[in-house]
Amino acid sequence: MERVPILKIGDILLVSIQLDMSDQTAVQLQEDLAERIVATGCHGVIIDITALDIVDSFVGRMLSTIASISKVLDAETVVVGMRPAVAITLVELGLSLNGIRTALNVERGMELIAAARADELEYQLDDDPDAETATP
Amino acid sequence: MALNAEESGRLAALLGGHAERVTARWTEIVTGSLRGRLSQAELRRQVQDLHSAIATTAGQGAIDLSAESSGELRAALSELSRGRARQGFSATETTISIFALKDVLAELVQEAGGADALHDYIAFSNLVDELGLFTFESFVRTRESLIADQAEQLLELSTPVVKLWEGVVAVPLVGTLDSARAQVVMERLLQTLVDTGSPYAIIDITGVPAVDTQVAQHILKTVVAARLMGADCIISGIRPQIAQTIVALGIEFGDIATKASLADALRHVLRLTGVETARRQPRRDA
Repeated sequence: MERVPILKIGDILLVSIQLDMSDQTAVQLQEDLAERIVATGCHGVIIDITALDIVDSFVGRMLSTIASISKVLDAETVVVGMRPAVAITLVELGLSLNGIRTALNVERGMELIAAARADELEYQLDDDPDAETATP
Repeated sequence: MALNAEESGRLAALLGGHAERVTARWTEIVTGSLRGRLSQAELRRQVQDLHSAIATTAGQGAIDLSAESSGELRAALSELSRGRARQGFSATETTISIFALKDVLAELVQEAGGADALHDYIAFSNLVDELGLFTFESFVRTRESLIADQAEQLLELSTPVVKLWEGVVAVPLVGTLDSARAQVVMERLLQTLVDTGSPYAIIDITGVPAVDTQVAQHILKTVVAARLMGADCIISGIRPQIAQTIVALGIEFGDIATKASLADALRHVLRLTGVETARRQPRRDA
């Protein structure tokens, strides 16, 4: 069975989908990804769908599920590289991929995750009054 | 079938025997109808081409315009009507170039006389009618393709996507936005976003005369598609009357940013991207 490779770059896991997704590959990818997030402690997941010609409701639901799983494991999911034709089709079908963040390319996706991460850290520091006194 | 073998044999003899005279007379009649918009020499060349095409086809036996043997004749006719259509001649002016052959043939048949004169003339006349119809049809086809080409060019021309800043592109929409145009705008904009890697797009509707629910629907679809790809859209150039119409129609733009002018939209985007804009002190002359 074909598997989708998961690459670790710094604090981010990069998943590049290069093949037509079937039920099995989708389930396998979800399992692999959940395991890798826990094992590596990454806080960002980038799913690259540049190579996908067709995104139907099945792939859309898979992306949503992956985003939800990652969210539970405290990792931000960004879908990158959606083709114009794919976006138009999704809009015409009325699928809006709720709860999924998107970026134009991998680079922007990494920036987005870094920014979200920075916001979160700042928020935690602000929230904790001892944090500043502990580290002068 | 327009002419049987016997008739076409006589036609070939008639055209071949008086080649010089036929083309001269034919050119003369056509010249009168075109009122000098085509040079004598060029017209003569066209008529000679037609003459030789008809004579050759007639020489091969029975003439059937749809048969393979008449390929050369069909090509000559199409060539003529295509040329005329592109030069802006009317349908009448084009087909009369063919129908003029009737007059020429009438004269020749009358001179030749004989028992079959009337029968021959009617048969020839039918052939010329068929040739004329074919010419007319290819004339119309050429004109239609011209119109289609122009419509497409107009569509291409009217939807430019311009880069305003690093990472910011704008689409100034001008004219009525129908489904076909909206589709082109959407595809162009999204492709440009991918090509330039711009995370922000401004849709300027200053030039759109009226915004109804359908136009709003198209704009909303474009914005949602851009969002799916990871880019943000801002709508600018909303004129006062249009703002009133939008509210009156109950169109909801939701959380899409709308600005009154393109300048406002650009400033908004620059603030989002963190670009600092500072007003410089105007330089004073000493």
